[in-house]
Amino acid sequence: MNVFDIIGPVMIGPSSSHTAGAVRIGRVVNKLCDGHDPVKAWITLSGSFAKTGKGHGTDKALLAGIMGFHSYSPEVKDAINIAKNRGIDFSFTNEDIKGAHPNTARIGFETADGRSGEVLASSIGGGNIIISRVNGMKVDFNGNSNTILVMHTDKPGVIANVTNMMHWEYEDLNISSFSLSRQEKGGEAIMTIETDNVPPETLIEDIRKINHVTNAILIRRL
Amino acid sequence: MKYESIQELVDAAVDSNEKISAVVLRDQAAAMDKTELELWEKMETDFEIMKQSVINGGKKDLRSMSGLTGGEGFLMKEYADKGKSLCGPFLAGAMSRALSVSGCNAAMGRIVAAPTAGSCGIIPGCLISMCEDRGVPEKDAVMSLFTAGAFGIVIAARASIAGAEGGCQAECGSAAAMAAAALVELMGGTPRQCADACALAIAAQLGLVCDPVGGLVEIPCIKRNATGVMLAFSCADMVLAGIGSKIPADECLDAMREVGDAMPASLRETAKGGLAATPTALKLSRDSECMRKN
Repeated sequence: MNVFDIIGPVMIGPSSSHTAGAVRIGRVVNKLCDGHDPVKAWITLSGSFAKTGKGHGTDKALLAGIMGFHSYSPEVKDAINIAKNRGIDFSFTNEDIKGAHPNTARIGFETADGRSGEVLASSIGGGNIIISRVNGMKVDFNGNSNTILVMHTDKPGVIANVTNMMHWEYEDLNISSFSLSRQEKGGEAIMTIETDNVPPETLIEDIRKINHVTNAILIRRL
Repeated sequence: MKYESIQELVDAAVDSNEKISAVVLRDQAAAMDKTELELWEKMETDFEIMKQSVINGGKKDLRSMSGLTGGEGFLMKEYADKGKSLCGPFLAGAMSRALSVSGCNAAMGRIVAAPTAGSCGIIPGCLISMCEDRGVPEKDAVMSLFTAGAFGIVIAARASIAGAEGGCQAECGSAAAMAAAALVELMGGTPRQCADACALAIAAQLGLVCDPVGGLVEIPCIKRNATGVMLAFSCADMVLAGIGSKIPADECLDAMREVGDAMPASLRETAKGGLAATPTALKLSRDSECMRKN
């Protein structure tokens, strides 16, 4: 967290946690769409998001983010209509997600080219967020750093191959945080890699070429 | 710096014989891999947006999305300009700015969260008034935002800045405490006095619940921004008069966290208790539902 997380963000009102934070959660989904248009969004709201989301424009904010708008974009105010015009199939359901932070949303999505996924995220105040699950796997990042998500099959050497390549090909790139989560031994797994500096575009392509890596997504500092 | 205690901020400033803002600017520039000038310019932009939100929110016909609120900043300014305010023109002007920024937010206008949107009027209300009505140079006000921000980081780490977690003490309480620290620095107070002003403001709003009518950031939020401004000025003035805080700021923040944890969910932004549960609030919220549907 830095001073601009506190004096900031610059945002469309009325609520930093329920509006701006919600846009940022939506933007993570947009990044996971990997440049393809989202066509479906099933949104589950929990806790205070469910109870007071409507009055804070949380629904508009999440959709605005999913469509790639920013928390300071004037379009936030009109996101429901924009989503309808774009033909996005969206729904909102309220559910008490057990053990979740008071402001939590679970978003299932599908893109025009058939990709799908799910994000569980919370808005923890002042527009700050925490992503706690991607596609059912535990993660822990906040979008305040540049984050690389590497989806892969849990095999020996994959982590070494990714980090070695990062070191040899992009020697200035410094990893500030690393974590791994997997569904089961030998199954689907996800690496969360945060870096100090901005990773170049080519890095993601290079990671995708590595054996057993199924996909890599760069989420730039939100 | 780790920003885990106010004491750390005070020690760092005292050790290098500087203002807290100077230490924070240097430290943050290093941590963010940017120059001090880049960070200063970004903060200056934020200050400009704050000033714009005073203007945008001060319009006579401004109305919130729900239609429940609007125009408070305009009325207060008109009253302040008549010069008959009980608080005096300076404080009435500061209140009008806080009401305007907060009204701008409720109308889905552009604001700077400080630390949150619900409490976005307090810091601009205090600092812009110091510039426009007390002749404080704008560059000093921009610097003091680094002090306010640093206090905010500690508050977020040690207690909370989310109403859903800690009630309104976490939002308007935090903003008033951050503003009080910034005001003391602007007035030439010591780092220790900045910490004391923060402590007094936290202590004064300990236990304040988050009970937005209809779940909207409007009632009582907008007016609590005006009273938050008054609290920041009164705490800063007490400290500058030589009245310190008996309880250190860090202990006040620990107490704030404990109080927030003890608050029932009904008083943490769920609109199930407090003012939000009064008969009039329920009626207003039903009426605004109708308005939103139309």
